[in-house]
Amino acid sequence: MLRKLSVIAAVAGLLTAGVAGPALAAHGALPAKKVEWSFDGPFGKFDQAQLQRGYKVYREVCSACHSMSLVSFRNLGDKGGPFYDKKYPNSNDNPYVKAIAKDYEVADIDNETGDTIKRPATPADRFPSPFPNEAAARASNGGALPPDMSLLAKAREEGPDHIYSIITGYAAPPPGLKMDATQHYNQYMAGDLSSYWSGDHKHVPPGGFIAMAPPIKAGQVTFDDGTPSTLDQEAKDVAAFLMWAAEPKLEERKQTGFAVLIYLLLFAGLLYASYRKVWKNESH
Amino acid sequence: MSGHSTYQPKTGIERWLDARLPIVRLGYDSFVDYPTPRNLNYWWTFGAILSLCLASQLITGIILVMHYNPSAQGAFASVEHIMRDVNYGWLIRYMHANGASMFFIAVYIHMLRGLYYGSYKAPREVLWLLGCVIYLLMMATAFMGYVLPWGQMSFHGAVVITNLFGALPLVGESITTWLWGGFAVDNPTLNRFFSLHYLLPFMIAGVVILHIWALHVVGQNNPTGVEPKSKADTVPFTPYATVKDAFALSVFLILFAWFVFFMPNALGHADNYIPANPLVTPSHIVPEWYFLPFYAILRAVPDKLMGVLAMFGAIACLFALPWLDTSKVRSMRYRPTAKIHFFIFVVACCVLGVCGAKLPDDQVIPGVTTFQLMASDLNSFVWLSRVAALYYFAFFLVILPVLGLTEKTLPVPDSIASPALSHPAAAPAEATAAPEMKG
Repeated sequence: MLRKLSVIAAVAGLLTAGVAGPALAAHGALPAKKVEWSFDGPFGKFDQAQLQRGYKVYREVCSACHSMSLVSFRNLGDKGGPFYDKKYPNSNDNPYVKAIAKDYEVADIDNETGDTIKRPATPADRFPSPFPNEAAARASNGGALPPDMSLLAKAREEGPDHIYSIITGYAAPPPGLKMDATQHYNQYMAGDLSSYWSGDHKHVPPGGFIAMAPPIKAGQVTFDDGTPSTLDQEAKDVAAFLMWAAEPKLEERKQTGFAVLIYLLLFAGLLYASYRKVWKNESH
Repeated sequence: MSGHSTYQPKTGIERWLDARLPIVRLGYDSFVDYPTPRNLNYWWTFGAILSLCLASQLITGIILVMHYNPSAQGAFASVEHIMRDVNYGWLIRYMHANGASMFFIAVYIHMLRGLYYGSYKAPREVLWLLGCVIYLLMMATAFMGYVLPWGQMSFHGAVVITNLFGALPLVGESITTWLWGGFAVDNPTLNRFFSLHYLLPFMIAGVVILHIWALHVVGQNNPTGVEPKSKADTVPFTPYATVKDAFALSVFLILFAWFVFFMPNALGHADNYIPANPLVTPSHIVPEWYFLPFYAILRAVPDKLMGVLAMFGAIACLFALPWLDTSKVRSMRYRPTAKIHFFIFVVACCVLGVCGAKLPDDQVIPGVTTFQLMASDLNSFVWLSRVAALYYFAFFLVILPVLGLTEKTLPVPDSIASPALSHPAAAPAEATAAPEMKG
């Protein structure tokens, strides 16, 4: 038994060493506020109503500057997505998805003349980017590049918690912090403010500068399901939506995982019984 | 192992084949009839677990290649295509990415088991050396595989590691240019890494065959470190070892599945979900967890060239191990002092791993400032890694050679069966009963 425990302890030790590695807090920022997400844990699922509200925030607010170039309109109607409807297993037929796509214009080439044209998007198209290229995006945003949002929730150490914290983490800069007019102070932004700080060097304010102005106000988006649009609600909903955009197969993954684990546990139990039976008369 | 083959072809086809290519006989002798020490514990199941890891990486890898685009322009998008559009692509990719970590967990346990029970000592030196070659190939394969998604950590990790060769005098710059296929990490680098990442696993498979061959020539070591002397000491590989390996394997798969399905990105870096951008360097470049101890050794040395040499020296120690350990006693079960040093060694490796993940100047005990030594505060991870690295080298270069000559060891049992069977007279009866039990 002791031997077996030491096996488990060793594996656990190696794993902690492994997990401890990447789990680094961004330097200088406050740790992100923990949100209880519906998709947390082994049985987590996206809350479809929340994804729909989050999509509306993205559409009306974020998409003015942030691209989401890895996501296609059809994905919105895929299983686990914000507009999934089991009447339309092929999301290209989903009327909601078709209507959403039609509102966007995408660049194309006229087959007859070869001219570049704009046409309404179809579910098969990707979300078009708000700027034609990186230089244009920077020129319109004071030199900063708004990051693509397709993977944002996975590309930050603290995931959707980080997105939620940034949106709600703007604060008036403490007196003594030197900053130029194009920057904004955010307690959850990674950065080192010590060279901008004229106060006590042992109490440098947490956080960093972010080029994005506070992106959204309370009540800016009207939710169709009647949910009050507080800043907190808007931030949570869009962070959940971005988690879906980054990991659209999350529900499928967790559901498959549950079945796989049940199978493996039974299989391991069966093998353990076989092992006991085979070795019954053998000393070792 | 040595000894007469007991394989009896039963059908006409088997007899026909056996006279022309005795491959069934080879399989029977190696995996059914092969005598296995009866006292192997669960640490001995990691060989089978590693075989499964290799097979899983090969199969998932071959499927990933069907959808992957090895170009600086298309690599990142094609990985996301696998995650979003390929049927069960997310499963295949997460299995491959986490499979690499599982492979290293298993290989580190396998190596530490060999270290503890003296499995590298005569006549198993070649077996151990082949294992070291496999480990080296695994590290090269894992590093190049991590570059392929062409995310920020892929790119900048490749820059850091390839630049290490630049520290070599005279030839350094030529070697890095040759590795890069140009004057910076770019599309040619990605292409050659992809090519080698596909080639090396098959080389690993080849060396694994040699490793198993060498194992079957000298036979397995066992927790007592005493060679099997009679039939009482062994059991046939099938069903005894097979069923034990299968059980351990299924438990390992549960751990594997937990990572794949419920925390697939826990062992990776968030930065690698940002496409590679040579103009933006991540604030903190760290390798994957399984390289962290070596990374810590590299950074522990203030001089770049010496750091690179120390890092490679840490691996070279493993190759020299069979000739560094002077003890006549194989298993540390009977070496009380060596045993203590072994556990300190394991802790030192874990400490190095933690140090590798931290910024060198970060404080170990927060808020305590001591004094500066060699341009760093004594309460810093760089100093902790120096202490741990020193122990790492001392363990191989001082402790094992000296201890083997001075240590007072405990009495070693005469045979495997004698501690296992309380009454020696009972041994032959039980052992002859064993073969009839199987099936």
